[in-house]
Amino acid sequence: MVRINVEKIKQAVYDSFLEINCKLSQDVTEAICTGFESEESPIGRAIFDDILKNNSIALEKQIPICQDTGMAVVWVKAGQEVALVGGNLNDAINQGVREAYKDGYFRNSIVSDPLNRINTKDNTPAVIHYEIVEGNHVEIIVSAKGFGSENMSSLKMLKPSDGLKGVIDFIVETVTNAGPNACPPFFIGVGIGGTMEKCALMSKQALMRDVSKRNADPFYEKLEKDLIKTLNGLGIGPMGLGGTSTVLGLNIEVFPTHIAGLPVAVNMCCHVNRHAKTVIRGEIYD
Amino acid sequence: MTKIRIDLPLDVEKIANLKSGDSVLISGTIYTARDAAHKRMIEELNEGKTLPVDLKNQTIYYAGPCPPKPGDIIGSIGPTTSGRMDAYAPILLDKGLKGMIGKGYRDKTVIDAIIKNKAVYFGAVGGAGALLKESVVSVEIVAYEDLGTEAIRKLEVKDFPAVVIIDSKGNNLYETEKSKYRKSTEDRNWG
Repeated sequence: MVRINVEKIKQAVYDSFLEINCKLSQDVTEAICTGFESEESPIGRAIFDDILKNNSIALEKQIPICQDTGMAVVWVKAGQEVALVGGNLNDAINQGVREAYKDGYFRNSIVSDPLNRINTKDNTPAVIHYEIVEGNHVEIIVSAKGFGSENMSSLKMLKPSDGLKGVIDFIVETVTNAGPNACPPFFIGVGIGGTMEKCALMSKQALMRDVSKRNADPFYEKLEKDLIKTLNGLGIGPMGLGGTSTVLGLNIEVFPTHIAGLPVAVNMCCHVNRHAKTVIRGEIYD
Repeated sequence: MTKIRIDLPLDVEKIANLKSGDSVLISGTIYTARDAAHKRMIEELNEGKTLPVDLKNQTIYYAGPCPPKPGDIIGSIGPTTSGRMDAYAPILLDKGLKGMIGKGYRDKTVIDAIIKNKAVYFGAVGGAGALLKESVVSVEIVAYEDLGTEAIRKLEVKDFPAVVIIDSKGNNLYETEKSKYRKSTEDRNWG
């Protein structure tokens, strides 16, 4: 058996949030640069220029890329051979978030209740997803999810007869509605199949995937490519002010579903797609 | 693109000269207010109280900043989605508000109120909070301090970059530009 002290998980959460709020991952940065190169609109190019300048300033001064430093989403994929010791895992994760947002001078954007809206003043709680997987390590994936784009996300339970066209139409409709509100150019996570909640989770997981890597299934690889092309033809462009770069990346995740159903979820993300993965190896003990 | 310099406060003449699509650099006083501050302002008006800030000819920036790092006066401060303030904006426009800075669509009631009151809606680059912070020269919390990031802050800005989205005649850049780059979806072959 192996064990991992939850303090290590707290540290990974802390380090990851401090990093992602000020520095984009390589795949996201490259996608922004590619979008800039292909943009035809003069206004769009000026916006890309501002975005790249902004990201350099954030990196250089270690300040947040965007003032919406997001709701903390944490995925824990725990190897089934690992014993987690040293305290309560939920508490450790929330403590990592709390300390990162304080030490990073990030914005506290969480209210304790959706209707009686009082700010918790430490950006907790995080939304935490757990998954038990094979192995003797723990994988921690974190995301700082901004709500300008989260608010424009959508889920629909389609009928099987709606088929591929129905799925595409719903994605196009969601992106069209998101328009300037969700801060294009976008990264888009799509979940297809499963149940309602599984579908929503997949759309979020799709956003965590490397944006330069297409789906391993050739059918969905082609669908991802076709959708990017179609969505870039909508004309929305950077900040919705017209242009040829509306989508910088689109990942699809799928899961088996019921004979009666065709769930589709579209998780919108702005150009500030902040996510990171850390793998913690367990220590062997008797 | 040439950028037009605007000194705040706005007036009838300055607003009349601003056209949808103009790139501008804004200097002067702006007030931050977003969801919670708007809700409270309108509640107070409904209770017969006066607004905590005289909005006549003023400009509101829909934003809630990050806290300042030591040695800084403010943290990153980009625009938030304006549409969430649509329920409140027409009332404030009727109270003399002339400029709004944010990002995203406005509904018909706001566009009508912009035309009626000869006001203007500017867009700033969403997600560019670090860049926009650079143009903030001074900061003072003037109301609702208990709301934290959502408090009303008086900012002095110098050359704050923005684009005129909706001008005082109601021309809307979100509608006019998109169509130029829209490609036909007729060739979609989805089998």
